[in-house]
Amino acid sequence: MTKINSEDVRKVAKLARLDLPEDLIETYTIQLEEILGYVAQLEKVDTTNVEPTTRAVEVTNVLREDVVKFTEVREELIDLAPNREGDFFRVPKILSE
Amino acid sequence: MAIAEWRQKLQSGEVSSLELVNDQLKRIKLVDKSLHAYLQLEEDNARSVAKKIDEARSSGIDLPPLAGVPFAIKDNLCTKGVRTTCSSKMLENFIPPYESTVTKRLWNSGAVLIGKTNLDEFAMGSSTETSAFGATSNPWDLSRVPGGSSGGSAAAVASGLCMAALGSDTGGSIRQPASFCGVVGLKPTYGRVSRWGLVAFASSLDQVGPFTTNVRDAAEVLQVISGPDPLDSTCLDEPVPNFSEFLNDSIKGIRIGLIKECFNQEGISTEVKDSVLKAANQFKSLGAELVDVSCPRFNDGIATYYVIAPSEASANLARYDGVKYGFRAEDDESLTQMTSLTRANAFGSEVQRRILIGTYALSAGYFDAYYKKAQQVRTLISQDFLKCFKKVDLLLTPTSPTTAFKAGSHDNDPLSMYLSDLLTIPANLAGLPAISLPCGFDNLGLPIGLQLIGNVLGEQRLLQAAYQYEQAANVMKNCPEGNSIPR
Repeated sequence: MTKINSEDVRKVAKLARLDLPEDLIETYTIQLEEILGYVAQLEKVDTTNVEPTTRAVEVTNVLREDVVKFTEVREELIDLAPNREGDFFRVPKILSE
Repeated sequence: MAIAEWRQKLQSGEVSSLELVNDQLKRIKLVDKSLHAYLQLEEDNARSVAKKIDEARSSGIDLPPLAGVPFAIKDNLCTKGVRTTCSSKMLENFIPPYESTVTKRLWNSGAVLIGKTNLDEFAMGSSTETSAFGATSNPWDLSRVPGGSSGGSAAAVASGLCMAALGSDTGGSIRQPASFCGVVGLKPTYGRVSRWGLVAFASSLDQVGPFTTNVRDAAEVLQVISGPDPLDSTCLDEPVPNFSEFLNDSIKGIRIGLIKECFNQEGISTEVKDSVLKAANQFKSLGAELVDVSCPRFNDGIATYYVIAPSEASANLARYDGVKYGFRAEDDESLTQMTSLTRANAFGSEVQRRILIGTYALSAGYFDAYYKKAQQVRTLISQDFLKCFKKVDLLLTPTSPTTAFKAGSHDNDPLSMYLSDLLTIPANLAGLPAISLPCGFDNLGLPIGLQLIGNVLGEQRLLQAAYQYEQAANVMKNCPEGNSIPR
């Protein structure tokens, strides 16, 4: 596992949609370095031929009848939007010129 | 007062439900200024539900099992029409249009919502200090933390500000605060209880469970909230047994395993270790057989968890984009810019840190080294437990390596805080049920908790052993003088 620098954190912050100020990037770099350094102990564990766990307790396919149901909270759900216009969510422009 | 005792008083007409609610609210106003267990109270709702229960009682209608029991609910469980904040600026004004399955089941059983309790922001933390709305104090010593992330629920139960509470447990968030506050906290088997309406943190680990003052109450609450739910496909389609059925039965012959690796840990305080070993002897005198067992990968739990939980969190928290609900930063530049500012402004630092760790671990080139590796070690941890449960019925450990720590003692050092979850995390990784209950006090008079871990769906036996120990040890009766818990 590699060392973390502020460039990595800046890149990850961008992927995670976090517009962080430079001083926070520096703080998080130090902390991530320490945390991922601790996590690196997993490297020493032999996991050859070990299946990864995807769920703690195994469940089989959960099926139900495909029945149309009316969702009664539609209006309330749309109304939670910070910027609503009619039945739409209003957002800033998506494409740049 | 235990739930059964209350039920008797209510049915005999000795006390009315409204009187109890009024008493609770009065007490909250007196005590909670110094604790800050509650984020908000539901006074009007509580009184009107209580009145209905009293009317039903006087007209001779059969009362449901939790009739009139005042409940506190961790503020990451959606309550219809009642603000649900996750202690985050992101959801400061979020009013869910639907009810979580667990709370719906409580209200259908007659329970009364008193208020919503404080937590670490989005349940990320072990001290309730990362709440955007201020920390909660430990009722035993106000300068100490109540544990976390369900610290508000634990503190509320411990100081008599409700009769029982719900919390959620992803890596110990019910058991560790229960231990710090001297109450009972139960994390059920993964899938025993529906997660519908629980704000998602790490979906493969999250589980809802009760906080109570005693084991019998924990069984009663679990009874009501358990069982399959068509709205949560990870909720197991398994029959729900009667959790109180065997409480009074002797535990003679039950095999209890002591995990070598967790008693050898240097981070565990001597007082905590001694207290839990003393409890082990108590189990022995009740007829249980003590067996030394080994879980070689137990101590890799934290490293495994701090890959898996942040990875799942980074995906789950991607939904907070400033578009559909929650906080939105003012920015007309572009959609991406608005979302990035929204998340930078409304998430606190612990949440941001975990999103960064998770995004990093899942990003191209690192996925196999971190996420896949952690999932493989998770398999090994589960296999260790499976092997143990061939030899024993239950496992016994301390719940937390120490008693409640001072507020602020882990500031700016997130890793040291993470390490305090050493003993609780493995049960989440393996999906096992586990309970914390008081087993003694340290020299400062702070409660110490023991943890019992059961096999998958083994809640009945877990509760039986916990109950038998509780009755025999009578720990709370030896509660030190002069603690600040205003009972």
